[in-house]
Amino acid sequence: MNAAVLMPGATGSAAASRALDTGLWVFIGVASTLFGLFLTAYVMRMDGADWSTIALPPQLWLSSGLLLGGSVLLQRASAAAKGARWPAVQTLLLAGGACAMAFIGVQLWAWQSLLAARVMLASNPAASFFYVLTALHGLHVLGGLIAWAATMPMVSQPSDPAGVARRVALCARYWHFLLAVWVVLFAALGWLTPDVVRFICGRG
Amino acid sequence: MIYADADSQHHAPQTFITKYVWSQDHKVIAVQYASTAILVGLVGLVLSNLMRLQIGFPGVFAFINAERYYQFVTMHGMIMVIYLLTALFLGGFGNYLIPLMVGARDMVFPYMNMLSFWVYLLSVIVLMASFFVPGGPTGAGWTLYPPAAILPGSPGFEWGIILMLVSLLIFIVATTMGGLNYVTTVLQARCEGMTLLRMPLSVWGIFVATILALLAFPALFVSGVMMLLDKTLHTSFFMPAVVSLGQVTNYKGGSPLLFQHLFWFFGHPEVYIVALPAFGIVSDLISVHARKAIFGYRTMVWAIVVIGGLSFVVWAHHMFVSGMNPWFGFFFATSTLIIAVPTAIKVYNWVLTLWRGDIHLTVPMLFTLAFILTFLSGGLTGLFLGNVSVDIPLSGTYFVVAHFHMVMGVAPLLVVFGGIYHWFPKVTGRMLDDRLGQFHFWVTFIGTYLIYFPMHYLGVLGMPRRYYNYEHYQFIPASAYTLNAFITVVALTVGVAQLVYVYNLVWSTFRGQKADANPWRAASLEWATPNTPPVHGNWGARLPVVYRWAYAYSVPGAPKDFIAQDAPPEAGGQEPEPYERPKEAPA
Repeated sequence: MNAAVLMPGATGSAAASRALDTGLWVFIGVASTLFGLFLTAYVMRMDGADWSTIALPPQLWLSSGLLLGGSVLLQRASAAAKGARWPAVQTLLLAGGACAMAFIGVQLWAWQSLLAARVMLASNPAASFFYVLTALHGLHVLGGLIAWAATMPMVSQPSDPAGVARRVALCARYWHFLLAVWVVLFAALGWLTPDVVRFICGRG
Repeated sequence: MIYADADSQHHAPQTFITKYVWSQDHKVIAVQYASTAILVGLVGLVLSNLMRLQIGFPGVFAFINAERYYQFVTMHGMIMVIYLLTALFLGGFGNYLIPLMVGARDMVFPYMNMLSFWVYLLSVIVLMASFFVPGGPTGAGWTLYPPAAILPGSPGFEWGIILMLVSLLIFIVATTMGGLNYVTTVLQARCEGMTLLRMPLSVWGIFVATILALLAFPALFVSGVMMLLDKTLHTSFFMPAVVSLGQVTNYKGGSPLLFQHLFWFFGHPEVYIVALPAFGIVSDLISVHARKAIFGYRTMVWAIVVIGGLSFVVWAHHMFVSGMNPWFGFFFATSTLIIAVPTAIKVYNWVLTLWRGDIHLTVPMLFTLAFILTFLSGGLTGLFLGNVSVDIPLSGTYFVVAHFHMVMGVAPLLVVFGGIYHWFPKVTGRMLDDRLGQFHFWVTFIGTYLIYFPMHYLGVLGMPRRYYNYEHYQFIPASAYTLNAFITVVALTVGVAQLVYVYNLVWSTFRGQKADANPWRAASLEWATPNTPPVHGNWGARLPVVYRWAYAYSVPGAPKDFIAQDAPPEAGGQEPEPYERPKEAPA
């Protein structure tokens, strides 16, 4: 039984927030499955004789830092929103979104640097996976930015402070999810080699 | 107004466009989904009849050449599994039933729900567009196995396969948007007293099937994206180094087996994405039309959940002939056989519900009973095919065609029909014509058995599936050709009979006999709406309060043979446990 649904006195706004809260968890579950399956395919494809590991561009460290920064800033924005410190919320939310936009820019810069090194999409499977996985993650960041853009105007003069605070918290949660996925992807793309896989699978 | 009631924000749409086209009302969206699915299903039906013309009367119809035959096979399979059954059960039944059965005013994200339908429609349009591109639709078979699917030699290898993959990716986006709604609505928008273990089994079936869809469709998405890149940008995710029609390709090192794993990691749960809603709907229909509580309600719920979980660990039984480590074969054969246990529990419980019930042989009940028989026969042949040693000789034969059509083609379609006959009065306020319904049932039921039972025999004879032309094969006896001609005649008859059904739907929508608010005397909540058909917001000024499950039929001492879920506690029948309203709740 879901106690929240049966809780007397729930208002329409609270019910909507709970729905968004659950909906976001469900979406995170779906997106995690998607990335998990891509990574499974990545590991399985590594078994091919044509696999050759690519050197990851150094820009990825910068983009990782930006995403981490965005995550921290949105967490602080969420805390500020709970304390109804709306000017701080506005600044922190803006900065968190800017970090995500900068992340996209740096990822494109990393692509450009790989392309300059003649690592093309179809050059080898490791490169193919790199471009596909970073593109897919980037699309999820862009999706987050749409939600962020919808939340930004609400924080200047919030008519429903509790509802807006919950929305900011949801943005923060999604940013943490984006960071977690990126950390796993970065680690897999950089350090999960055929030797490591063979060792884990007991064929080393 | 309490309990998650957002009615103050619920303003009914005023214009024709917002009411019937860009509608955010779950009932309208359900009808939009169902109508589109039925229309595209009719295309799939015509394709199957065209296939049967070639199999039954080879060479007689010159326009059915080998290329077209494979295109018909492929499009028929994909249309029926994805664009008809999945869309109809989740988008059609899910949309209509979930909010009404759990006592909600609508889905929790109505705008996204609306988008879900329009994106689904876009996927259908893209799919249908493949009939009109150079080379026509893909003929790679519904499993779209690489490398053949994207290389010369397969029909539609240029544009058809691209449109198919793009259409599937769009469909998955639509399903995800819908699925987020269904799951969240069940979890967060139930009315007061509607505990999870008071939800009708239809909702349970659709709920668990939706979770399956949300977790399984990403596998199809992943394989679709990678295959699309292999086709368009010449990556080698799935494509091995291959010489195609004498030409060396640029592909190298890809793994076609990886595609098969991803495809079937989606493909097997897909069987249950279709079957679980059918299980749930059948449970409700049996209970209503046998005037008896469903036998073993909690067991039925757990069986649905367990089947859903197990459906993710059986996928490789579709790949026994691809070759695998014998231990894997053993594992997947065992998990496949284990799934028969909760499934059998469900069948036993349906039969035990019927036992000494007051069975009304209405049209919905006829379809329900037919489902049990059909699912049982289809399921039992699944036990044969779940064994590696039996599967390997049979997997390329018509035995498999018979099995999967019985278990996940005909059986769920019988439930679709039963469900539509049952809920049509609520949707339209009118009854479907009973005589036409009886005709439709008997022709469909007997017809499908005449089509698929002989196919088991053909399969055991060794008649291979997927072949365009069966002439001049010495191992196929002459009787098989006669049988094939017979099957084709029956298939055409069953196909034409569906037009009677479509006529009944259209005629009854406008001219059918006016329906009572609760013509089947059902206890579940959707029959308790103040208006029939329900208006926007479903429940008028106040949300219902639920005091019991949806199966209070023939309760001893009760004045009527059913007690509605929202009848006051004094009416009795408070199962599975009594519900007392919180003291702070208003009267």
